[in-house]
Amino acid sequence: MTVSLILLAVIMFVVIGWLLRQTLNTQPWIPRSTDNAVSGTSIDTPAKTFALVSFLAVVTSLFALFISAYAMRMHMGDWRPVSEPRLLWVNSAFLVLASVVYEWTRRAAGKGQAARLKAARLKRGLTIAGLLTFLFLGGQLIAWVQLNATGHYLTSNPASAFFYVLTAVHGLHLLGGLWVWARSTSRVFSGAEADTVRVSIELCAVYWHYLLLVWAVLFGLLLTT
Amino acid sequence: MAYVAIADRDHEIEHHDPQTFITKYVWSQDHKVIAIQYGLTAIFVGVIALCLSVMMRLQLGFPDNFSFINPESYYQFVTMHGMIMVIYLLTALFLGGFGNYLIPLMVGSRDMVFPYMNMLSYWVYLVSVIILLTSFFVPGGSTGAGWTLYPPQAISRGTPGVDWGIILMLVSLAVFIVAFTMGGLNYVTTILQARCRGMTLMRLPLSVWGIFMATVLGLLAFPALLVSAIMMLLDKTLMTSFFMPAVVSAGVQTGHESGSPILFQHLFWFFGHPEVYIVALPAFGIVSDLLSTHARKNIFGYRMMVWAILAIGGLSFIVWAHHMYVSGMNPYFGFFFATTTLIIAVPTALKVYNWVLTLWQGNIHLRVPMLFAIAFIFTFIHGGLTGIFLGNVVVDLPLSDTYFVVAHFHMVMGVSPILVVFGAIYHWFPKITGRMYNETLGRWHFWLTFLGTYSIYLPMHYLGFLGVPRRYFAMGSTDFMPESAQTLNASITISAIFVALTQLIFFYNMITSIRSGKKADPNPWHATTLEWQTADTPPKHGNWGHELPEVHRWAYDYSVPGYPEDYIPQNVPAELAPVGRDHGVKH
Repeated sequence: MTVSLILLAVIMFVVIGWLLRQTLNTQPWIPRSTDNAVSGTSIDTPAKTFALVSFLAVVTSLFALFISAYAMRMHMGDWRPVSEPRLLWVNSAFLVLASVVYEWTRRAAGKGQAARLKAARLKRGLTIAGLLTFLFLGGQLIAWVQLNATGHYLTSNPASAFFYVLTAVHGLHLLGGLWVWARSTSRVFSGAEADTVRVSIELCAVYWHYLLLVWAVLFGLLLTT
Repeated sequence: MAYVAIADRDHEIEHHDPQTFITKYVWSQDHKVIAIQYGLTAIFVGVIALCLSVMMRLQLGFPDNFSFINPESYYQFVTMHGMIMVIYLLTALFLGGFGNYLIPLMVGSRDMVFPYMNMLSYWVYLVSVIILLTSFFVPGGSTGAGWTLYPPQAISRGTPGVDWGIILMLVSLAVFIVAFTMGGLNYVTTILQARCRGMTLMRLPLSVWGIFMATVLGLLAFPALLVSAIMMLLDKTLMTSFFMPAVVSAGVQTGHESGSPILFQHLFWFFGHPEVYIVALPAFGIVSDLLSTHARKNIFGYRMMVWAILAIGGLSFIVWAHHMYVSGMNPYFGFFFATTTLIIAVPTALKVYNWVLTLWQGNIHLRVPMLFAIAFIFTFIHGGLTGIFLGNVVVDLPLSDTYFVVAHFHMVMGVSPILVVFGAIYHWFPKITGRMYNETLGRWHFWLTFLGTYSIYLPMHYLGFLGVPRRYFAMGSTDFMPESAQTLNASITISAIFVALTQLIFFYNMITSIRSGKKADPNPWHATTLEWQTADTPPKHGNWGHELPEVHRWAYDYSVPGYPEDYIPQNVPAELAPVGRDHGVKH
């Protein structure tokens, strides 16, 4: 549980530390006109961005707990390490590229250019990013089939069971992202202004980077144990 | 600090005016309607859980007198009672119910930041409840694994509901967690990002602080339950061995090997202990506001109360293994968790002192909400003290499997939060319904419930010291238990039935008051917080009419010296009430 504890400690430290900074040196019982000028938004960021960051904290907790369970279970004696299919390297490359293209699309959405040029870039960027993500997910499925073919079934060993579960949970999160991607893509292709989808694209880009990071951690864990 | 007025960002708020009956009362995105939907559903399942507890008590008080209670059904009652009460009633009611109703009103917002997701949260919660209740009717019935669902017994032959009940339970929990996450992200974002002008964090009422921290805990802790539910589902359905060791069941070797049941316990309690505070922190917050309002006095040590909530939230993640002292852990490990458990008692005790000191020299109005709030202090101190006993390894080991533990956790996280729930319902009933409840019936409800619960749980401590084991369907004949223990058990059962029936007074009072209660004043308790300052009672869609309120002071300006009335609402401008806590007080 050390992994989870360290991560949670970091998250709680950030949350509580920030809250303490807001609350130390205050005397709320004294009505102050300066406080009245202060409005009620604590962090200057759109609500959706804030909610996404909070959601990523939840997902971090989820994966940290899976990793903790992995770390505890692997010491049980019956653990036989799985030799991961090499295809995973190719899949990882797809996900890295998807993340890079999403970043490029995010920047394209923010730049002040002619609307037509911007729309064309967004269409291209979103299509390629989506395609690369589907390639990653398809590749993961093939990796499952390959692993299965070598006799590493879900039930044959906890190491292979964890392999299937971790990749599935990660893939499901990407599928959730693809749902939002599909919505913004269909809006871009139906002629929506770039500004109306900008936030959605920005948040998706952050989400893709985050899931790339999670995959890097999971892949590293699977390779080294 | 870089603050931007939410009022200046009105375009960020989704507008969702209800158009039809369906969008107003069924698929509603209004936080108040969603709160009531959450509340009613939670209370509905809570009543089912109450009935289950009566059935358990019938068996324990009068063994083998009832043909419809056998060992299997007894364990199903125990399991479903526990799980429903902790998750589907208390968590849902405090956060989905009170959280939804109070957050936007108390922080001066028109609604939650993401109303659509808020609506979805309720409907997904309802799906989880339906899945859970379905398990009563599947072959084999609901699971009888105990609310902790420990493997290997939870998914081994011989445990009731091993075919379908356990699967439905795990799926229901997973669905509940999805619902909670959608709601929780809304609560956190609304509190931090959608407060009205002037509502600084340190002007928030403690109810909001409690709900806020409980939500943060829930968001970070529920994933542990999700992880354990997913892995146990796989162990059950696809025969993996995450938790399941090699087991010979009914003479047959199961297909599992070398799984770790202790791993499940760690994951479960990593969720399970913060869960205690997910239920307790909103109760702490709400009771602070009830005490302050009805004692006409500012809450004692507001900042300390806030910091105590933060400290409890942080510490609640490092005490989980005190639920596992009997699992055979390393003594150093136990020592660590005993220490953290005792440390968490410090901010908790600080809160108790501050509640008592809030009452000190207050102008106490013993209305029904106040009676429940003061009763909470009694039951919480009681349950908290026995918690300090059980937090120590050497005391816990002999008491762990006895009725002492049942008494402890029912006092601290059963009776105490439920008393706050009742207090809060009575307190906000006039705002929610626009009607007053019947005060006399409310008092009867209070005294019978309060004294009744004591007559249930106080004797249980004694049974625990005698060594009467918990979780048993029948005690059998043993030397160490005197016959009087059974007499006590019968008395507890009679009290339990009495308390359960007493709740009919509450429901009768609520239903008749909604239909024909006296019309409520917009602010019958002369409270300072924003929800009492709305233009309409009950508040209409959008809460505030054209203008959002503007806050000029904290939530506890009661009996301020030099001001003609004994309360100054938060939205009264400083010019109109130029007095504050620093005036009239010698420095």
